[in-house]
Amino acid sequence: MSNDRPGKVRMMQGNQACAEGAIAAGCRFFAGYPITPSSEIAENLSVMLPRLGGKFIQMEDEMAAMGAIIGAALTGQKSLTATSGPGFSLKQETKGYASMAEVPCVIVNVMRGGPSTGMPTLPAQMDVQQARWGAHGDRGVIALTAKSAQETYEQTIRAFNLAERYMTPVILLIDEITGHTTEKVIIPDASDIEIVHRKKPDKDPENYLPYRFTDDCIPTLAPFGTGYRYNVTGLCHNETGFPTNDSNEIQCLIERLTRKIEIYEDDIIRNNELMLEDAEIGVFAYGSVARTAQAAVRICREEGIKAGLLEPTVLWPFPTKAVLAMAQKVRAIVVPELNLGQMAREVSLASQCSVPVHKLGRVDGSPIPPQQLVEKIREVV
Amino acid sequence: MFDYLQYVRQENFPHIWCAGCGDGIVLKALIRTMDKLGLSQDETVMVSGIGCSSRTPGYVDINTLHTTHGRAIAFATGVKIANPDLNVIVVTGDGDATAIGGNHFIHAARRNIDLTVLLYNNYIYGMTGGQCSPTTPRGANASTAQHGNLEPAFNISGLAIAAGASFVARGDAYHVKKLETLIGKALQKKGFSLVEVVSPCPTAFGRRNKMASPVKMMEQLRDTVVSVEKWEKMTGEERKGRFRTGILRDIEKPEFTAEYAKLIEKMRPEE
Repeated sequence: MSNDRPGKVRMMQGNQACAEGAIAAGCRFFAGYPITPSSEIAENLSVMLPRLGGKFIQMEDEMAAMGAIIGAALTGQKSLTATSGPGFSLKQETKGYASMAEVPCVIVNVMRGGPSTGMPTLPAQMDVQQARWGAHGDRGVIALTAKSAQETYEQTIRAFNLAERYMTPVILLIDEITGHTTEKVIIPDASDIEIVHRKKPDKDPENYLPYRFTDDCIPTLAPFGTGYRYNVTGLCHNETGFPTNDSNEIQCLIERLTRKIEIYEDDIIRNNELMLEDAEIGVFAYGSVARTAQAAVRICREEGIKAGLLEPTVLWPFPTKAVLAMAQKVRAIVVPELNLGQMAREVSLASQCSVPVHKLGRVDGSPIPPQQLVEKIREVV
Repeated sequence: MFDYLQYVRQENFPHIWCAGCGDGIVLKALIRTMDKLGLSQDETVMVSGIGCSSRTPGYVDINTLHTTHGRAIAFATGVKIANPDLNVIVVTGDGDATAIGGNHFIHAARRNIDLTVLLYNNYIYGMTGGQCSPTTPRGANASTAQHGNLEPAFNISGLAIAAGASFVARGDAYHVKKLETLIGKALQKKGFSLVEVVSPCPTAFGRRNKMASPVKMMEQLRDTVVSVEKWEKMTGEERKGRFRTGILRDIEKPEFTAEYAKLIEKMRPEE
């Protein structure tokens, strides 16, 4: 992504890169609960945060960690929690609260195999739909992904920036391979990193409405303790932040929670492409599998098969336009992923059935080697 | 006469509580105590979960955070650690804090983090219509215990003491002056402090347990409450059917955010 960028070169695993990225983004609060394969994020931050005057706390369970980061965020802090599949499931209700109350925070899920306790030490990508639909109720969701330690560093920073800009929880989905692979990371100078802070109230406390309907659809939540006294609730509320039973106000709120992500899709979505311009076979791959796909596409090209890769760095909102554009160019799409077709389903929807979509799902805890994907592409050809 | 208007959000009244509910009495006691202590409205945060008691923050003109069922203490922990200068009050109930939120309750007490927890104990899930809670007495009736509750009840104050809270008191909605004193001491305590407030629920609890009249429930509180001092002198037989109110524990021990501040100081690079 940015290997030619100037900066300090370090060796670190993805989980440490996540911790470093969080610090660079201005995160000064972490609450978590031990879970494999994400624990190194907590371990690293337990060392780093107190040195910077930041706060680290190991909570009594996953729900508590999620609640604590929301509480911290409401005091104005940038806050983070990290977990894996089972913990991600446990956090869902409280994560939905952050969507409803529009509290910016970041949740990292280092994905492992499920269902249930599944494969604690082995990689999977089985939480990608849970990231979108896991919590009850309609709302827009932002979920990023990363395929290397370098990208984990960068995407962690971006997750905080998006959370602050759009006042919403942002999820970063990496997997065990990315979390535990030690590799080169280039840490840029702080001055080269774009940092976003949430909006500040532009009105005095008497005229302040935390959830005022504005053209940008983004509320302005003043940090607790700064003289703006307001109410935050998970109940349907109006512009004041107090609960409402008014059907118009409820309709406006719930529509806005989805719309505020939809209208910014073009700013949020970012894709990488590899040899897609003249491709006849499109590959859609994300996270660590995108590295497999890069290698497989190159092997195919050497063999004379015109394969190309569309690699989303944002899974939600889903890159519908890019998938449709690819579908209109290629003869078939192959979706390799470490689940049984969770994103292949989205690709089919986005391509409007204009082209066959072939799944390559691996769920035995092993990565997909390039050769397996090459064979699949040959079969499709 | 005390002027409540400075502290309440008038636009949110009338409140949702039923006639005869004790929760409004506790709210008024809390407001008078806040006033007496001169607590800054800007620098005080009230966090609640789900249930009748947890609707309290909506009526108080401070920073208020109405969270998910059981998680008030977890959210409050984040608020307090992130900004220890804020006074953080948690308002919760017997179901919210000792059933679905039981883990957060005991761990905040163990951690001894500087939160003041007002736990309204009405022996029932009132808002959802009278299901039995962890404090519903054995044998009492509830909508989910219509043949009589088979389970023994939690002693909430005892639970907090065992878990490590530095201040634990029990009060009730009848003896309001005493309740104010207890809330005041809890707010001033640097550490995890609990005030368990026994509060009548004639609608969901009393109605099913031969105490449909709010007056009767209040009279029962009047007649069964015993001060901790008197309790010590009573025999086991005399204590039967009664409960004690007052300060049950008040000790000094390291408080979490203060300890964390020391850690940050220790980590600070030398000049």
